[in-house]
Amino acid sequence: MAAGVAAWLPFARAAAIGWMPVANLPMPVAPTNKNKRQDELIILNVSGRRFQTWRNTLDRYPDTLLGSSEKEFFFNEETREYFFDRDPDSFRSILNFYRTGKLHYPRYECISAYDEELAFFGIIPEIISDCCYEEYKDRKRENTERLMDDLEDNKDNKPPNMTCRETMWRAFENPHTSTMALVFYYVTGFFIAISVITNVVETVPCGSMPNQRDIPCGERYTEAFFCMDTACVMIFTVEYLMRLFAAPSRYRFMRSVMSIIDVVAILPYYIGLVMTNNEDVSGAFVTLRVFRVFRIFKFSRHSQGLRILGYTLKSCASELGFLLFSLTMAIIIFATVMFYAEKGSSSSKFTSIPASFWYTIVTMTTLGYGDMVPKTIAGKIFGSICSLSGVLVIALPVPVIVSNFSRIYHQNQRADKRRAQKVQKARLARMRISKAGSSTAFLHSKRNGLNQSLELTGSLEEDQQLKKTTSLLESQHHHLLHCLEKTTNHEFVDERLYEQGYLQTALQNFPSQSPSLSSEEGVTGTCCSRRTKKNIQALNATHTHSHTHNLQELSALHIHCGEQQPLNTSRSSLNLMSDESGSLNCKSSGLVTTAIISIPTPPSNNSRANPDAPPPPNPDAPPRPNTGSDVVKISAL
Amino acid sequence: MGAVVGTLTMQTRQRPSRARDKVDDELEMTMVSHRPEGLEQLEAQTNFTKQELQVLYRGFKNECPSGVVNEETFKHIYAQFFPHGDASTYAHYLFNAFDTGNNGSIKFEDFVMGLSTLLRGTVRDKLEWTFHLYDINRDGFINREEMTEIVRAIYDMMGKYTYPALKGDVAKQHVDTFFEKMDKNKDGVVTLEEFVIACQEDENMMRSMQLFENVM
Repeated sequence: MAAGVAAWLPFARAAAIGWMPVANLPMPVAPTNKNKRQDELIILNVSGRRFQTWRNTLDRYPDTLLGSSEKEFFFNEETREYFFDRDPDSFRSILNFYRTGKLHYPRYECISAYDEELAFFGIIPEIISDCCYEEYKDRKRENTERLMDDLEDNKDNKPPNMTCRETMWRAFENPHTSTMALVFYYVTGFFIAISVITNVVETVPCGSMPNQRDIPCGERYTEAFFCMDTACVMIFTVEYLMRLFAAPSRYRFMRSVMSIIDVVAILPYYIGLVMTNNEDVSGAFVTLRVFRVFRIFKFSRHSQGLRILGYTLKSCASELGFLLFSLTMAIIIFATVMFYAEKGSSSSKFTSIPASFWYTIVTMTTLGYGDMVPKTIAGKIFGSICSLSGVLVIALPVPVIVSNFSRIYHQNQRADKRRAQKVQKARLARMRISKAGSSTAFLHSKRNGLNQSLELTGSLEEDQQLKKTTSLLESQHHHLLHCLEKTTNHEFVDERLYEQGYLQTALQNFPSQSPSLSSEEGVTGTCCSRRTKKNIQALNATHTHSHTHNLQELSALHIHCGEQQPLNTSRSSLNLMSDESGSLNCKSSGLVTTAIISIPTPPSNNSRANPDAPPPPNPDAPPRPNTGSDVVKISAL
Repeated sequence: MGAVVGTLTMQTRQRPSRARDKVDDELEMTMVSHRPEGLEQLEAQTNFTKQELQVLYRGFKNECPSGVVNEETFKHIYAQFFPHGDASTYAHYLFNAFDTGNNGSIKFEDFVMGLSTLLRGTVRDKLEWTFHLYDINRDGFINREEMTEIVRAIYDMMGKYTYPALKGDVAKQHVDTFFEKMDKNKDGVVTLEEFVIACQEDENMMRSMQLFENVM
């Protein structure tokens, strides 16, 4: 029950008078307010700052420190106030929670200090209201990340008992962990550099034979270059194989970007070895050599900055894609316009629209090579418009990429937020549980027979004893719900019990009450239960038409449950369920309550009620008068 | 040229202020808060003491800072007490019963008057109040349809998971029992006198009515 409406409980109880003429049963006794004191101000002294509030305000949340009797531990007899040696600034928001029912997170507050305060006062952080929850979660995540970073820095202590494979993998991933790893790291880096330089130098024309044109060094010193290449590829192959061996998940390693780069870097060499020196394939072979330049990407293992750049480009791929698309549109438009504008002029270079693409791109990026220029006036006009708009359009990607660099920090957290979506669901579930706590609290107290003593014929001593475990507000609320039960002559039950109870009534529609017979029913099972099901469905069928819309809803609800039974089943499952309820009937005096206790109670229930005390079977309870319902049940509830 | 630009900008500057006035007016209309009559007057009109009125007003104002409850808020508040089922229909009838002025909102005075009748009134007053609650169309008679509506609203508050399970005709049975008891001359409607007499004859009901005396 929310805090604010606690003040309206007297109203709700007064309105219950409206049920009295409808009810056919006597109402339970109202819980009396034994120490009926006037609402008093209590003083909370938090490190010298005095807060005052009504006692009832704090009683709204009985499962927190201030709402329960736990605060008595902090009561100072001499000054007649409650003294807490905590931070008064944080206390402000905590007290406001009691007053307004909403918990806010102040931005200036440190997140771990706030968490400690909440834990001290017994308030779960999940009930921070939506206006502040986002901020709270963000700060909390930042904090945990920072702590994790600190932890990672301390992770250099090698955990003992690592297998050779794990050691190797760790050496590959964190080169600074051991000297061998560092050596390996530098050696591979060196060879990558050598390989790249070799590829570059290969094409430089060096020295010319007197009667021949310049030939590139690659063709002059073929053997030397071939040896270099072989050496580099050997090193790379060995490195790749070692990584493959050491990887904890080989399949995942093979799919990773770095390993693909590795493979692409060394593959041309092997393909070249395999291929013979045919004329027609040598052209293809030459293009394969281009892929050797991918070796330069192997540097990204060595450079953090390169990885971030790659990651940035990947992350703003959608923006860049859109930009490319709009650029393409602009290029096509201007190219078409220029083509048709220049069509008239003779010896125009704008031979076709694709040919005009080149002009458009060069003009829009303000390169202006000058190899294609418009000659007609219309062409010049459109050409100038093209270059002006190009300036605008090309300037667009710069802020995108810049903002993405800053966004890259939050990109990690978006993945965390997606993880937090699951946490959000968990949070909503927790809130729902704590809110539903009021409904389950009532069911829970029913199970424990707390409400038994509230019968008009019940004894008063038990009443006093049990009263201590629930607050007055709760007991009044439960009394209200109990009155509603009496008015309608139906009880609130748990969802599961509802299903079981439904089946039980299906079996009990036969006027047999003895346990032996019902167990017999359970065994012979299916034919009887099927017949009773048909009975119920027939009953419902006649009633659906004779009532107006709302009642149809009720009976529709009912039919829905009724139809669920045939859905689930095969004979065997029906047998199973009927056996279960058959065994329920066989228990002592057909009490349903004993079965309820055997079901584990959900952990979020009100911890105040004692969950372990089974209700004593009460054969002395007066049998309830039937009001024409078909079910005759012997029960203590 | 500058003059043209100047006049254009002056035009635009006036327009937002006019729009702002309209928005302010709307805001004012919604923010009108109602203040109740003085404490002494209310004390004279109802059967509550000053302390009780203070406690009631504090709770009232907490939930409705504007000083009036509209039907939505009312339903929301009432629903908090009955988490199992749907209390909105019954809350609707309650709202109409409290809203004696029929203006769609309950002021604190209405609220306190109603509560005074329910908690501190005579038995006759309570029964009259209950009769007015049941008499949805205020024609002075309770007929079967009205009673069925009320009973159904009460059953709605139970929700779906009940033991024994709610069958389709359960409201009808209840209404039949009610009319058996109340409708003395069997004319199909219950008048106020029939209602009061029948209730006073029922021991259980009289005892139940006294049950909520110590609510405050």
